[in-house]
Amino acid sequence: MQKEKLVLIGNGMAGVRTLEELLKLAPDAYEITVFGAEPHPNYNRIMLSPVLAGEKSVTDIVLNDRDWYGENAISLKTGDAVTRIDRVARQVVSESGETTAYDRLLIATGSNPFIIPVPGHDKPGVIGFLDIADVEAMLEAAGRYKKAVVIGGGLLGLEAANGLLKNGMDVTVVHLMDSLMERQLDKPAAGLLKASLETRGLHFLMQAQTAEITGDERVRGVRFADGSEIEADLVVMAVGIRPNMTLAQDAGIHCDRGIVVSDTMQTFDPRIYAVGECVQHRDICYGLVAPLFEQAKVAANHLANLGIARYEGSITSTKLKVTGIDLFSAGEFNEEEGDETLVLQDPGAGVYKKLVLRDNRIKGAVMYGDTLDGTWYFQLLREGTDISAFRSTILFGQHDLGDAGHGDQTRIATLGPDAEICGCNGVCKGDIVDAIVKQGLFTLEDVRAHTKASSSCGSCTGLVESILASTVGDGYSAMPSKQPICGCTEFSHDEVIAGIKEYQLKDMDAVRDFFEWKQADGCASCRPALNYYLLASWPGEYQDDAQSRFINERAHGNIQKDGTYSVVPRMFGGLCTPSDLRAIADACDKFKVPEMKVTGGQRIDMFGIKKEDLPAMWKDLSDAGLVSGHAYGKALRTVKTCAGKNWCRFGTQDSTGLGVKLEQMTWGSWMPHKFKLAVSGCPRNCAEATIKDFGIVCVDSGYELHVGGNGGIKVRITDLLCKVESEAEVLEYCAAFIQKYREEGRYLERTAPWVERVGLQTIKDAMFDEQQRKALAERFHYSQTFSQIDPWKERAEGSDSREFRKIEICAA
Amino acid sequence: MNNWIDIASLNDIPRLGARVVKTDTLDIAVFRTATDEIFALKDECPHRKGPLSQGIVHGSTVTCPLHNWKIDLASGEAKAPDEGCSRSYPVKVVDGRIYLGFKDQVAAA
Repeated sequence: MQKEKLVLIGNGMAGVRTLEELLKLAPDAYEITVFGAEPHPNYNRIMLSPVLAGEKSVTDIVLNDRDWYGENAISLKTGDAVTRIDRVARQVVSESGETTAYDRLLIATGSNPFIIPVPGHDKPGVIGFLDIADVEAMLEAAGRYKKAVVIGGGLLGLEAANGLLKNGMDVTVVHLMDSLMERQLDKPAAGLLKASLETRGLHFLMQAQTAEITGDERVRGVRFADGSEIEADLVVMAVGIRPNMTLAQDAGIHCDRGIVVSDTMQTFDPRIYAVGECVQHRDICYGLVAPLFEQAKVAANHLANLGIARYEGSITSTKLKVTGIDLFSAGEFNEEEGDETLVLQDPGAGVYKKLVLRDNRIKGAVMYGDTLDGTWYFQLLREGTDISAFRSTILFGQHDLGDAGHGDQTRIATLGPDAEICGCNGVCKGDIVDAIVKQGLFTLEDVRAHTKASSSCGSCTGLVESILASTVGDGYSAMPSKQPICGCTEFSHDEVIAGIKEYQLKDMDAVRDFFEWKQADGCASCRPALNYYLLASWPGEYQDDAQSRFINERAHGNIQKDGTYSVVPRMFGGLCTPSDLRAIADACDKFKVPEMKVTGGQRIDMFGIKKEDLPAMWKDLSDAGLVSGHAYGKALRTVKTCAGKNWCRFGTQDSTGLGVKLEQMTWGSWMPHKFKLAVSGCPRNCAEATIKDFGIVCVDSGYELHVGGNGGIKVRITDLLCKVESEAEVLEYCAAFIQKYREEGRYLERTAPWVERVGLQTIKDAMFDEQQRKALAERFHYSQTFSQIDPWKERAEGSDSREFRKIEICAA
Repeated sequence: MNNWIDIASLNDIPRLGARVVKTDTLDIAVFRTATDEIFALKDECPHRKGPLSQGIVHGSTVTCPLHNWKIDLASGEAKAPDEGCSRSYPVKVVDGRIYLGFKDQVAAA
């Protein structure tokens, strides 16, 4: 069968990114031809500012070299602009006179700088700032001339001005408005920015309207509407960009301010797609790079005939790529009537943060000086999170909610290249920046794959995102707020959870068929998630799939770095007897356990057990009445207790007795992530109940119930749910809370981020409605009838034996 | 010349799973895919020697249980951007029995 022909007009980031996405989905679907007006292969346009500032070279910023086109059998025609699209004959005509036929056409012509049509605007020495040729012209001018004027005090203008300054020119920025970057910054932040740029040596002329570019052959100066004049050997026009839609317009494709596209990135001619800065989608033209990543995915998806993805628009954020200046802006940062504003101002430290709130949800953010939490605010903005629970501390940033020892590293732009960012994998800032620039990375996922930074415990994710954002500036493509479960699907955890229930999907194949999974048997990320969702949704009906469980849950022990396993028997409420300890000691002797320790959850851990010895060891423990402690599972782990009123002179209630009852009720249940409980007998809280998923602090008059805490990567103190009077109520609330988490939490999301995501109020609403609470608790108890079967005893009695046996072959 | 050794019946290995074959000198992981293809690799991830036999099998790939490297079952190569390779061994299935191929003697494998 003959391949269809795909022609791409515009060899820039948006078009080529679409090809990359398409090649991932359908590598052989098209015979591809690319036309580029510039003589270069695809380069990273957002890195032009560092090139101008002398921090990077042109070769550093090439994203796809010519070899890449060759390897993918793409015919590349650089320096040959398309001059006409013939929609009837379905072909394009280029400058060289060549005609090329297409079955589908992708227009990615980007934008043009807007040159103010004042007299003299076409003199030599007047340029825009959009491509490599402009940068080369600026560098050349910097070598020969002294005085530069940049017209436009927006993002692009300031970056150009900074670059020219670094090249030794005397630079004046001319701005029509009275405040810099007025589309991204409010006045206080713009003032701080201006002051900081002035100390670097930039000059500003505000509220100045350009009337004429003066000079004979070459530009000599700029005259303003008020008659004043300044000298200039170089004028950079950076007042804005306009979608480049001439080709499309001439071909009769519907255009407005840009080329109008649908949610599938198709123009009014369905054979013709358009992506990037040349398009107008849902009435918006994006002048930033970030939205193109989502657009490229959608267009590629449609070109590959998968047709399930839709582009629904992007919320963009801005960072200024001027080394040493931290600035962040997103959303509607100027408040409207009825909005509320939170402001933190520390002029001495050069810090300014403003959040605009509507109904306790972030609508916009402006930050100057300390922008580390920009990515966090941006996430809250996109997800529409109700922030009332942490409104009083939100301006102090996410690290106020607990950090992982990164402490004062709030000014990411000022960190040196040797600063260690990822403590797990020993990755420094310099490594990350290098990888971002040299490999052309734009997403957190890319950075993780290439550098391993933030790919282990994840505590430095915010730092890595900040580095990404400050390195690529407005090209930073934040994780879309709707995140697919994994690369196998476009659907999110929430959509799949809802779909399983709504459409009665009862096994993994049904889920994957319904949601059109791209890989027949999924991957190591989605299979455990789906297995859990099915198990939690259909207790007693769904058959657990061992091959979709991570090894720890398949082998019922924690795999260690040398491939051996650890064994942790359950001790209800942390109580044990001499005969329990004797049985454990005997097992250790018999199986030559090299090391034992007491765990943080008040249990005994035995290390270094060979997998093939596990069933025999479990048999000995099981015979002594011990069961699995599930220390290896996304499951109920432990109920930690203090001594309680039976012994402690301060104890107010029977904390150990209650702990035992709670653990007897909850053991064996599978959860989205691990789940820990604790019961403290008095407010001294010796069992540390306020950093547990569900913690009980006993008081004289009853029991305080606390939820959503954890130690670990990001310590989070629990929120107080309520106070109850009896043990029976504690048990009911606990069962209901767990069940709500089991039904609604995303796989691998602990209760701490879950509570923050859905909001404490949502959980309170469900818990305080007696009918809902009792129904949830009842569903939990029903599901427990299928899960309270000791997996160790089963395996000690021979089930699943081949999992634990090696096949031995010997030399004959 | 390969020396083919009968190691197990196809059904001794779970679909989307693996078994460890222990020889005198090393452990070999034998994998079975959803479509009943069989592959054999040295039971050691090229990264930190994690036991690949304990990983999750999907498509013709296994994900190492220690640090989530993805290893191609046919070639033993790590998927980009990771780099490294686990040695692969020839296998064949005849009449429902799995045979593992060694050069010369098993002991020398």
